[in-house]
Amino acid sequence: MPLLEAVDVHGGYGGMNILNGVNMTIEADEIGVIVGPNGAGKSTMLKAVFGLLTITQGEIRLRGEAITNLSPHKLVEMGMGFVPQEKNIFPSLSVEENLEMGAFLKPATASRLKAQIYEFFPPLLEKRRQPAGELSGGQRQMVAMGRALMNEPSLLLLDEPTAGLSPRYMNEIFDRVKTINAAGVGVLMVEQNAKQALRIAHKGFVLAAGQNRFSDTGEALLNDPQVAKSFLGG
Amino acid sequence: MTASSSQRPAPQQPAPQGATPPEAPAPRTLPVRELALFGGLALVVLAVFATMGPAYSTRMLVEASCYAILALGLTIQWGYAGQFNAGIMGFVALGGFSATFFSIPVNPAFWASDLPGRLGWVLLAMVVVTAIVFGISRLDRIGLPKLLRTILAIAAGLIGYLVVISWLRSVTGDIESQVEFIGGLGLPVWLGWIVGGVLAGGVGYVIGHICLGLRSDYLVIATLGIAEIIKAFLKNSDWLTRGTATISPLPWPVPDPGEVGFLTARALYLSVTVVMIAVIFFLLHRAYHAPWGRMIRAIRDNEVSAAAMGKSINRRRQEIFVFGCILMGVGGAVLTSFNGLFDPQGYLPLNHTFLVLVMVILGGPGNNLGTLFGAVLVYVIWIMSGPLALALMHAVTALGDSWFDWQPGNLDSRALQARVFVIGLLILLVLRFAPRGLIPEKVAHHD
Amino acid sequence: MNELIYFFNYVVVAGSVTGCIYAIGAVGVTLIYSILRFAHFAHADMMTLGTLAVLLLTLAFPHAGDPLGLPTAIVMLPVAMALTSLVAVGIDRAFYQPLRSHGVKPIVMVIASLGVTLMLQGLIRLFAGTGSQNLYVDARKEIFRIDVPGVTRPIILTEPQIILFVITIVAVVGLHLFLTRARLGKAMRAMSDNPDLARASGINTRLIITLTWIIAGSLATIAGTLLSLDVAFKPDLSFFLLLPIFAAAIVGGVGHPYGAIAGGFLVGFAETLAVFNWSVLLRPVRDSLPTWLELPNNLALVGTEYKIVVPFFILVAVLIWRPTGIFKGKVI
Ligand SMILES: Nc1ncnc2c1ncn2[C@@H]1O[C@H](COP(=O)(O)OP(=O)(O)OP(=O)(O)O)[C@@H](O)[C@H]1O
Ligand SMILES: [Mg+2]
Repeated sequence: MPLLEAVDVHGGYGGMNILNGVNMTIEADEIGVIVGPNGAGKSTMLKAVFGLLTITQGEIRLRGEAITNLSPHKLVEMGMGFVPQEKNIFPSLSVEENLEMGAFLKPATASRLKAQIYEFFPPLLEKRRQPAGELSGGQRQMVAMGRALMNEPSLLLLDEPTAGLSPRYMNEIFDRVKTINAAGVGVLMVEQNAKQALRIAHKGFVLAAGQNRFSDTGEALLNDPQVAKSFLGG
Repeated sequence: MTASSSQRPAPQQPAPQGATPPEAPAPRTLPVRELALFGGLALVVLAVFATMGPAYSTRMLVEASCYAILALGLTIQWGYAGQFNAGIMGFVALGGFSATFFSIPVNPAFWASDLPGRLGWVLLAMVVVTAIVFGISRLDRIGLPKLLRTILAIAAGLIGYLVVISWLRSVTGDIESQVEFIGGLGLPVWLGWIVGGVLAGGVGYVIGHICLGLRSDYLVIATLGIAEIIKAFLKNSDWLTRGTATISPLPWPVPDPGEVGFLTARALYLSVTVVMIAVIFFLLHRAYHAPWGRMIRAIRDNEVSAAAMGKSINRRRQEIFVFGCILMGVGGAVLTSFNGLFDPQGYLPLNHTFLVLVMVILGGPGNNLGTLFGAVLVYVIWIMSGPLALALMHAVTALGDSWFDWQPGNLDSRALQARVFVIGLLILLVLRFAPRGLIPEKVAHHD
Repeated sequence: MNELIYFFNYVVVAGSVTGCIYAIGAVGVTLIYSILRFAHFAHADMMTLGTLAVLLLTLAFPHAGDPLGLPTAIVMLPVAMALTSLVAVGIDRAFYQPLRSHGVKPIVMVIASLGVTLMLQGLIRLFAGTGSQNLYVDARKEIFRIDVPGVTRPIILTEPQIILFVITIVAVVGLHLFLTRARLGKAMRAMSDNPDLARASGINTRLIITLTWIIAGSLATIAGTLLSLDVAFKPDLSFFLLLPIFAAAIVGGVGHPYGAIAGGFLVGFAETLAVFNWSVLLRPVRDSLPTWLELPNNLALVGTEYKIVVPFFILVAVLIWRPTGIFKGKVI
């Protein structure tokens, strides 16, 4: 049974439809990557999965169970984690408190997981008492991902985790995503750095104007001349 | 981005989910709703005429029309521009003072003494001190360190203020003990009405200048504060207003009841206020449909895209706020003149701020006709609810007495408090169930 | 020296008392703001309501405090806090919550809170009248005189003032510990920082909102009761408390609890200093002044009847020069 299934999803903001029939399937141990031009509806699709906007048609299933239009709160309980594209940390809370908020529903496991996160993202350890708003962009991204991981999700939604990062940090983040996935967490990720992202992806989805243009394995998409020409910059 | 969607302005009723857009009001040849509502209102007023007699009812209509002017002032601030003014009472009191000061007779004892001269000197001293402080605050231009300049300016301001205020205290004390108060100017009352509007507009200008660029809550706090300050000033300046001793009678611009009888005099007064409303109505109607009005609404409905229009936004907001305050000043002046009594303590947030608020949100913020309807309807209910509340209080006390031995005194004041409660509840119910009022603003469709 | 003691009694003590009350009030306003994003104008009447609850309980059990050696009002305070919190949560559910779920603009919430103000005012005065009443039912305020060697005039502190200082310190420290140590306290700060992300983290925002009203209702009860213990219960203070409290919250930076405390003391001291008659301090030097310089007897900056001008002036000054407040509030 696939971890996440989206079938013909339609939806948008306040009556205006942005998604016009998106389909995607991810297995439990896979990384799925959504790429596409700006404004294609990539973030909107991620929000739709996370219950942040009303889906007017179609269905979303988590491990076979319908989750269409469930509240984010419920989805977090069901093991979904979401890292938004912007405003993905609590700036005035310390790094440590940011992580604790991620484990809000499971306070008992917080200290064990915190230690794991510090191991996973070593730069955060020495900054743990500092307000997260004072960190560098890459470190903030680590805090954001760390916060989502604190809930021990089985499906992690990442919206452009490498946006605005230097190549060094970018590679580090992609590395981390692979490690997270290797530990058995399904990942659905939106990425602008399409080539690199597709390289680590099991599944790739090319979205344009709110619809799937291409869906295949990451490798197949990378090698598809048509995809390369119109979406990967040649 | 749920945060941004929850802050998106206008339609306060959420659009129905799905693809159907909110149904557009079909172009109608006959405004059925308006006709029905106004017809009903006319019936209510007629019923009051029949039961309470024409003299009483005409008085009620005059007062309602004064409130309509206040409500029109608020509807352009709140309805057109989304600025909420919680200090209408202050502007009303200012207008009332101006009407009083201009229209009541001159106090010869004051002008015959040396007091006007002394008062003049104090005013001159105020100007001089302000000029000196202003000058010192500019001293950094000739090389004085900024910190030193600031300290000097504050020290000079403080000393100057203390000197002037102690002179003022002594002069005003002498005025009170020798001639009671400075009296009026003995000029035609309409001059006081105009100046009342100007004064209120001036205060509105200053407040707007400070607050309109900031969050809308700040305007609420500031107007609430300035209203209490204006009232405190008028109440405690016995030399100027006789304070709690009150001033009466106040002249009317039309023959007063002593000359032509209550009914005729009040009917004449009513004709004056009706003409004023008609003029205001006409001007507002023109302004609303002019580019100026469109821009105001664009600013209200979508600050982001209006910001593209540049700096003039704050100018427009300022204009509309000042204009609303002017109407409140004039309305307050007309109302006070009609009451024939200037009593600073009689200006209450409930009667002069929140009642007007109810009129506007119930009638239809941004819709002049709706506002007029709301003003008359709410005022009639308000006046009629007085005796009703008292009767109700009597009934409740009788019950309370027989059941728990509860014997509250002062039923009048308690009945008033019951009305306070009802007004508050009414505000909440309207916001919840009819957020656009009984006669909603007709929003032109812009794509 | 006598003059200094006089200054201490009438400025330092009085200013701290007012400061404590404004600070506790302003913290409530600021917390509501940071979670619900609107200026809650019914806060002053919530204070009155809490005090009324204390008064009624005290009237019902006038001697409950005797075994503890405390004023009965203080013993009744926790009960009244619970009651007021309940009312606050109820008001939110009945009036604010529906508007919130309609997604109205913050200014509409402000108007709604004005409606709630009127309702509370009406109810309170309907039952309690408008006259002032003493919270010391059947008891006497104790007054402590502390003699300073070499001076005839003693330092004067009253029992309610001492209680006020103690309770303020307890409340502030308690709130600080709650916000920085407790899981729900941190969640409250998180929600004030970024409500969407708080929701995405599984934080139950409804619970946080309820908690906010409980804290706000309790703090309002404390502030109102302490004020009334020091002077008397006055049901019609509403708009006169609102201005200093909001000025304090804005001076401290809206949404910033520690700023609100600082702002409260700033406004409290500014008020006290402004109505203080400075000529008292100049009395010793008066005789040695040249005759042409005659000092007036009244050297107060403003008369007590114009006290409300002081917070307004502070408010305006802050809005002009630093609208984010001294501690850089979140909002503008
Ligand atoms: N909160 C919102 N309310 C209304 N419309 C929105 C909102 N957020 C996004 N949109 C619109 O939805 C469309 C798709 O936006 P989305 O953020 O999903 O694009 P994206 O593919 O993530 O683009 P990018 O690569 O720039 O992040 C855009 O046209 C955008 O204007
Ligand atoms: Mg995006």
